[in-house]
Amino acid sequence: MKRFAQLLETLALTPSRNRKIEALAEYFATTPDPDRGYALAVLTGALSFAHIKPARLKEVVLAEVDPHLFALSYDYVGDLGETIALIWPHTGGTRALPALSDLIELLNTTAKSDVAALITELLTSAAINERWALVKLATGGLRIGISERLAKTALAEMSGIDLKEIEEIWHGIKMPYGALFSWLEGKSPKPDIHHTARFHPLMLSNPIDEERDFDLLDPADFAAEWKWDGIRVQLILGAGEVSLFSRTGEDIGAAFPDVTGSVFGRGVLDGELLVGHALVPAPFNALQQRLNRKTATERLMAEHPGFIRVYDMLFDGDADIRALPWSERRQRLEHFFASGAQTRLDLSETIPFADWAQLGAIRRRGADENGHEGVMIKLRSAPYVPGRPKGNWYKWKRDPNLVDAVLMYAQRGHGKRSSYYSDFTFGAWRGTELVPIGKAYFGFTDAELRQLDKWVRTHTIQSFGPVREVEKSLVFEVAFDSAQLSTRHKSGVALRFPRINRIRWDKPAGEAAQLAEVEALIPAT
Amino acid sequence: MAQMLDRNLHIRSIDAYIDPLLPRERAIITHGHADHARPGHSKVLATPDTIAIMQTRYGPDCAGSFQPVGFGEPVRIDETTITLYPAGHILGSAQVLIEQGGLRVVVTGDYKRLPDRTAQPFELVECDLLVTEATFGLPVFQHPDPADEIGRLLKSLADHPARAHVIGAYALGKAQRVIALLREAGYDRPIYLHGAMIRLCALYEERGIPLGPLRYATEADKAELAGAVVIAPPSALKDRWSRRLPDPVLAMASGWMSVKQRARQRGVELPLVISDHVDWPELTQTIADCRAETVWVTHGREDALVYYCRQMGLAAEPLNIQGYEDEGEEE
Repeated sequence: MKRFAQLLETLALTPSRNRKIEALAEYFATTPDPDRGYALAVLTGALSFAHIKPARLKEVVLAEVDPHLFALSYDYVGDLGETIALIWPHTGGTRALPALSDLIELLNTTAKSDVAALITELLTSAAINERWALVKLATGGLRIGISERLAKTALAEMSGIDLKEIEEIWHGIKMPYGALFSWLEGKSPKPDIHHTARFHPLMLSNPIDEERDFDLLDPADFAAEWKWDGIRVQLILGAGEVSLFSRTGEDIGAAFPDVTGSVFGRGVLDGELLVGHALVPAPFNALQQRLNRKTATERLMAEHPGFIRVYDMLFDGDADIRALPWSERRQRLEHFFASGAQTRLDLSETIPFADWAQLGAIRRRGADENGHEGVMIKLRSAPYVPGRPKGNWYKWKRDPNLVDAVLMYAQRGHGKRSSYYSDFTFGAWRGTELVPIGKAYFGFTDAELRQLDKWVRTHTIQSFGPVREVEKSLVFEVAFDSAQLSTRHKSGVALRFPRINRIRWDKPAGEAAQLAEVEALIPAT
Repeated sequence: MAQMLDRNLHIRSIDAYIDPLLPRERAIITHGHADHARPGHSKVLATPDTIAIMQTRYGPDCAGSFQPVGFGEPVRIDETTITLYPAGHILGSAQVLIEQGGLRVVVTGDYKRLPDRTAQPFELVECDLLVTEATFGLPVFQHPDPADEIGRLLKSLADHPARAHVIGAYALGKAQRVIALLREAGYDRPIYLHGAMIRLCALYEERGIPLGPLRYATEADKAELAGAVVIAPPSALKDRWSRRLPDPVLAMASGWMSVKQRARQRGVELPLVISDHVDWPELTQTIADCRAETVWVTHGREDALVYYCRQMGLAAEPLNIQGYEDEGEEE
């Protein structure tokens, strides 16, 4: 555990990407199995404990520390794990921390009723850095500036094996990754993973640069589709089993049994998960009610039935067709739909267009009349390449809506922005009253963040716990993709994907938007 | 007690201010840091070390007149007696005891209770009203043993013998403390200084605190700085000054460095938790030890300490003195 704690600290504090990779590669090369495999699982977010959740850990701490002092501390530190590690009031426990794999075994096998006592003992036994690593480990959210990809890059670095080959088998192997390390060290052949057993990394798009790209691109080489406002999924139709993965490879099938139970055929499909009756997509906040759940209730499934709008095909039956051009994959996909009527799958139609100006007009109309997010533009000759290859797929989003809103409340951010006031709630006028319409925590530069932080500190009129209410005098130009009705906000509206476009230091608050202007942007349904 | 001392740390009976930011007729200065010692007062009462520091930083005529007062020497002005006691924060740093009609008020200034060869050791003074700083006034601040932190620095020097280790440290107090801690750990190689450190290190040595071999960093060539310890003000860490050092490891010596997210924000690779302020256990210990019934809290995270004092049955209030650095990042 000591070595792992050191590794985490090095990763958290080393600014250089190369040095992080070096530190990881060194750790993997010199740490025995299964410790290194478990470390890899922790670093890639593959590990979680049934009985240990952040809330549980907090309970353990609150048994030892005054809750109000804990809240003030958390607000200051901005990271739950770090707050717990720093505030724990006891030291010098009964035993040294076990090795990483033994520790994980211990955390996994301890009965729910004994977990609190175990955590108390471990926190007390750990040295300060180990305590920090222990909490990070137990709660999962590392927040130390390392991605799954960086860990895999270190594996490639350590072994000399191409990163793509590692990504290819990644979703079919299981911790503690004995077969993986054995292959990386040349002691055994590459693990053989059947395509139906794993997630295949997705092909992603780049935003179009209207000024530059259109002059260089020939419209005849491209196909267009609507950009759907759901979540990207991969549907694997295997022999007798169906899996549904999110864009990061998380298995979300259990939350959508209405979808996985009704689809048929063989292959791997790429599409957008949506909800709505008769394959008509409902607004995103309807879908949101079904996300981040382990299961779905009958009522939810009846109210918001799920379906997938499919736009690509990676495997046709058992054949890997990713190397084929988009146009041929598309033909196969159309053939797939022609072979039987699906109730929870439909095909994302292509939009015919002659030139970019015409597509621009279609995109605007779609945004205004149907609330479409924008269009996707795909190179007809492009193979399906995982990652974000340049020049293949473009997204051309609708122009954002803009509204001038008044800053009302601010809260400190978390993670990298902890201790800065960086979460902002802003509002619009209803008569002479300001009502909150949304929250944003990005869109500004680091320099602006420091200015805003200072402004908040000097214009606070009162505090409610961690929330500061500020003088109603600073205007933000807020950009957002769409407005929707909401019962959760006092204003009755919710903004989709709001971000701060500009800080209007110059604009008087009285000239900010009326709520009615925002309401006018809600599409009629 | 509010008749004796108002909330701007103004002693009414003798019209004297403690650590005023604006020029005043009569000022009592706890220590030489810029957020406490300002130039331009008419009369300044302080320890001889603090006066020497002020004159080094602001010039010999930075106040109309100076009244040097040794630790533990009472000064009587009309019905009021002022006595300075060591605060252990930096060289010459003092707590101010004000006595009037049998009531005792202590203004701590900045203080710490851990031993430090570069500052006179803290003395506990019992009182009725304690005005305490709260720079690290949250229970997350439990400072480790500074010798262990220096051990981490020495280990990093051994692990990366080709990289210069540049340590961000305030020019007054922290820089000399880090040097002294390195010497106590047996490190006897030359230590390289940023220009801003030179005068104050010389002053410490003149006043009887040996710091071992010191060199001017800008006069050393690159090869000489590989694997060397360089001390610079925190502001120099990120600018061009440190970029010409050989592949530098950025370190920072500060109590804030216990929060890793803080260290990350500032791009610090080697955080050294070395503080010249009391941590939470010492703060609460001091409040218990001095037996004050009333506590005023200033400089830092007042909320938590005021809350704590009230939980302990003491009368407590925050002072919110205008003009001090909001986050108390200066040490």
